[in-house]
Amino acid sequence: MKVVVVGAGQAGAAAAARLRALGHQGPIVVIGDEPLPPYQRPPLSKRYLLGEIAPDRLFLRSQAFWADQGVELLLDHQAVAIDRARREVRLRGGVIAYDALILATGSEPRQLPSSIGGALPNVHSVRRVADIDRLAPQMVEGRRLLVVGGGYIGLELAAVARKLGLDVTVVEAAPRILGRVAAPETANFIRNLHQANGVLFIEDVELERLTGDTAVTGARLADGREIAADLAVVGIGATPATALAEASGLEVDNGIVVDEYGRTSDPVIWAAGDCALLPFRGQQIRLESVQNAIDQGEAVAANILGANVPYVPKPWFWSDQYDLKLQIAGLNLGHDRVVVRPVPNPSHWYFAGDQLLAVDALGDARAYMIGKRLIEASRTADPSVLADPAADLKALL
Amino acid sequence: MGMITITFIQPDGAQTVATAKPGGSLMQAAVDHGVKGIIGECGGSMACATCHCHVDSGWRNRTGAMSPGEADMLELSADEVRPESRLACQITLTPELDGLVIRLPEQAGT
Repeated sequence: MKVVVVGAGQAGAAAAARLRALGHQGPIVVIGDEPLPPYQRPPLSKRYLLGEIAPDRLFLRSQAFWADQGVELLLDHQAVAIDRARREVRLRGGVIAYDALILATGSEPRQLPSSIGGALPNVHSVRRVADIDRLAPQMVEGRRLLVVGGGYIGLELAAVARKLGLDVTVVEAAPRILGRVAAPETANFIRNLHQANGVLFIEDVELERLTGDTAVTGARLADGREIAADLAVVGIGATPATALAEASGLEVDNGIVVDEYGRTSDPVIWAAGDCALLPFRGQQIRLESVQNAIDQGEAVAANILGANVPYVPKPWFWSDQYDLKLQIAGLNLGHDRVVVRPVPNPSHWYFAGDQLLAVDALGDARAYMIGKRLIEASRTADPSVLADPAADLKALL
Repeated sequence: MGMITITFIQPDGAQTVATAKPGGSLMQAAVDHGVKGIIGECGGSMACATCHCHVDSGWRNRTGAMSPGEADMLELSADEVRPESRLACQITLTPELDGLVIRLPEQAGT
């Protein structure tokens, strides 16, 4: 059986490696549109941007690994169409037949429309090595960086920029930063941390447009305020890369729709990672995380080989900002209260009734690991233990 | 420039010999060579404890001090924690580590 993987990122790599690890002997071809072998993206907004590591330190496996495993990497190739009837992937100037196809196309950073300056020179997105290679030389001490979007990408960029000595202003259209993903308690802690490092926040105001002519010079906000800047980074979310799937007639709805096995509406086509819309707790969601990309990629590999095991995501996530390691386990969707552990490195525990859904651990690795263990075992935590600074959280296990 | 040789020993005695450039992490060297038991899900961010290893005696004073929070992560890792436990992502390969011997813990649930 020949397996073709479109997408040479975290999910595609995990699926290909897992197929071999499970004993699959047939051909495996991984198609990637970047000229690099599969690599990890999280360091792009941190150590790689800081110039601390070279690209080859990002690679998920050594070059030799793919060759040794008999996985063919077709890098710098764009898949342009899927012909489901003929079971072929069309590339520019070529066709690849498949018996099973895995779509691991990931997501793309949302862009500001060019009508409001989104295409001006020195307006940057953060997704690929090439993006950071363009951005890094512009991150010069004393320059003014405008960060559009108060999510994780924007906040990590802000932290790196401050470390490099730039002035940083973060503009967030929603009432507060991290509005989509975290409770006010977590947002407040993170905002305070950034403010202590000199970042200026403007929240609850829409961006009217980025200004500038031959390059970005700043922004005008909906309330008339003008912000001057030498460069801008836009971190306003990501959209799943579904064009290929949609054009081929697969079911798509803010993601490539898959069942609990990772199968799309076509029995021999599967999807994994950022691009997939999967069932979770009675809803269909997308999970933009490294953990999901790996786990779902591996689950799909197993199911292609007939394992028939439903994939149950274990959502966890982390973000490094300054010296803070923010670690999140679980999904707080549907929570009705937040219990605060009131210690210098606090953790915020999300409950729906008695059910523990998630924890945001702000520099407390113990709280994170314990919370993760409880959440994965579908166990709850006694809020009075959480709220008692003197209590040892290990008692919860 | 000298490459660093590391021997990884599984609980059943099986060995993998890896060579790596100085400057990278022990975790990365393990993952590059497909060493079973070292996963590094979080890519070396000390956020997952899936790179848990045991540093053989005689090498422990050369692998550096634990990072802040590393002990916490190890304490709660799924595998057998011992005094010689380290997170491989927190060990940087230096020339003094040429010949390093690493044992993998018994893995819970695998």
